[in-house]
Amino acid sequence: MGGTGTGRRGPSRRHLLLGGAAAGLGAAGMVGAGALLGGPAPQAPGGGPEPHGAETVPFHGEHQAGVETPPQAFASFLAFDLGRGTDAEAVRRLLRLLTDDASRLTRGEGALADSEPELAAAPARLTVTFGFGPGLVERVAPDEAPEWLRPLPRFTEDRLRDEWSGGDLLLQVCADDPLAVAHAARMLTKDTRAFAGLRWVQDGFRNTRGAVPEGTTMRNLMGQVDGTVNPAPGTEDFRRLVWGGESGSGGNGGRQTRGDGGDRGGGDGGSRTGEGGESDGDGGRGNGKGGAGGPEWMRGGTGLVLRRIAMDLDSWDRLDRTGREAAVGRRLSDGAPLTGRAEHDEPDFKALDPLGFPAIAEYAHIRRARSDDPAERFFRRAYNYDRSGPGGQDAGLLFAAYQHDPVRQFVPVQRRLDELDLLNEWVTAIGSAVFAVPPGCPEDGFIGEPLFRK
Amino acid sequence: MTMDTPRTAALAAAVALLLAGCGAPDGGGSGGDGGGSGASATGGEAVTVEDAWVKAATEEDGMTGVFGELVNGSGAEAAVTAASSPAAGRVELHEVAPDEGGNPVMREKEGGFPVPSDGSHPLEPGADHIMLMDLREDLRPGDEITVELEFAGGSTAEFTAPVKEYEGAEEDYGGDADGEGHESHGDDEDHGGDGEEEHGGESGRGGDGDH
Repeated sequence: MGGTGTGRRGPSRRHLLLGGAAAGLGAAGMVGAGALLGGPAPQAPGGGPEPHGAETVPFHGEHQAGVETPPQAFASFLAFDLGRGTDAEAVRRLLRLLTDDASRLTRGEGALADSEPELAAAPARLTVTFGFGPGLVERVAPDEAPEWLRPLPRFTEDRLRDEWSGGDLLLQVCADDPLAVAHAARMLTKDTRAFAGLRWVQDGFRNTRGAVPEGTTMRNLMGQVDGTVNPAPGTEDFRRLVWGGESGSGGNGGRQTRGDGGDRGGGDGGSRTGEGGESDGDGGRGNGKGGAGGPEWMRGGTGLVLRRIAMDLDSWDRLDRTGREAAVGRRLSDGAPLTGRAEHDEPDFKALDPLGFPAIAEYAHIRRARSDDPAERFFRRAYNYDRSGPGGQDAGLLFAAYQHDPVRQFVPVQRRLDELDLLNEWVTAIGSAVFAVPPGCPEDGFIGEPLFRK
Repeated sequence: MTMDTPRTAALAAAVALLLAGCGAPDGGGSGGDGGGSGASATGGEAVTVEDAWVKAATEEDGMTGVFGELVNGSGAEAAVTAASSPAAGRVELHEVAPDEGGNPVMREKEGGFPVPSDGSHPLEPGADHIMLMDLREDLRPGDEITVELEFAGGSTAEFTAPVKEYEGAEEDYGGDADGEGHESHGDDEDHGGDGEEEHGGESGRGGDGDH
């Protein structure tokens, strides 16, 4: 470094902050998540849309951001394995560092000791969401793991690869600008170096912000409208399905049972009455951690299942449009069910075509994915990935599903799809990981702190 | 809802940040337990340290830097004249300045760090910083270190700073600094203490074997 020591390198953090705040006031603003939904971006005097880089999503709160937050355009999921010497006390130090820097970066500030704070100046709704794998909870408080925090059961159609599976700690970094994602991912990864090694990184994308109207259901790389049936953020339904421990036992009414394992495949009729086996194998349910509310430290948290689903796009190309729509049960043009006229019309699974066959085939994805049990639903927040190159096609979907109990909510649905779903001809899960997403934290706390109060 | 509310809140948050320094690990608060009141002897009551951090180092390394921004909220000039910390046997106020040959070297700063009224004074790698010497323990990433500042006039203020790994801040200490010969305390990535090297063999672990 050749400086004389008198000048400063780069703008001061204060100036950056003030500049960021001023930009926020001038532009649409540093507003909360979703505050701009429903309105087109105002036109800037020079033409073109107003920059949205100054918009921020609050980091602190009851829940972590990045779940109920309207999906940003870009995502990077980073999984880490804790080093052998990283004990509970070290995990605590790591989480404090990560929490502090995540809160700074999501405000549009550089991380602490950030050499490139300029790269943080346009957070573009940056969120950082922490997830704990079984290994992290094991290090900190082995008795406090939610019962469901373990790898999913084996599915026959899975072709899982270690390089895309597992992990002790997940950081889900999302923003409407890939530069914000890249800088945050780098700064946070630097924080982990003394404690953990990077296990995998999975980058994904949706439409760029402004390319389609806000709230448009995403399309996957097979061209399908993907995610039409999804609990709506902000609703009681969402809260009950996604955030753990809030609904209390009353909400479940005893009908939401475990152990039925999705074995109600086939005709599916009358499955509700066939739950006789549910009283078995509930071990641990009464011990305060496996019950309806889950462990206390997860109150306000959720469970994340991240599946890397490879798509065989070349063979999908060989299928004609009618066949493609039949495989899913929805029209490609607008995502409407084959029995309906608009995307959000309820599919009529009883309707028959002129030949007397079901209009939505028995093997169709949407029929197979739907459970008669309304508790067997989850919130999906998927991203496309495409790493195709000279080596060939490598594209698919990062299927991120959030639910307060993956074993009860996700597994039964996946089991049904595993048994029968024509889409299995073209899609294959090649990665799978389950994480406990702890609740949010107050400004003077850190993510995961309640786990250390034991 | 109108846009005014979030805007105001955002601005207020930004201002609060400037004044108090928020975020979990860096307390940044000033203890202000000393006397030294009066406009001409500003110090502990008026100066805070924002975004403070310490570069990770081991006891064996012996020394490391403390960085951040000294912010003076008063209308009177202040000056940090000394510092101390339970983590270090000795603490000095350093600057980086060119030696006779024009090469930047680190040395003790005469007169300490001036903090202008209603202004600030940065402590940065490659510039003024607080030097912890004769470390009494490993300063591991995520640890919190307490530092006490002493101001002209005798007042004091205490702040805490989290420890972070940092690749820079590797100044050439030159021959005249203190004769301790710390020219090369590089390779800091190996000092984490939590075993950066240790996770290598574990990539196969991670709970996926059940599939």
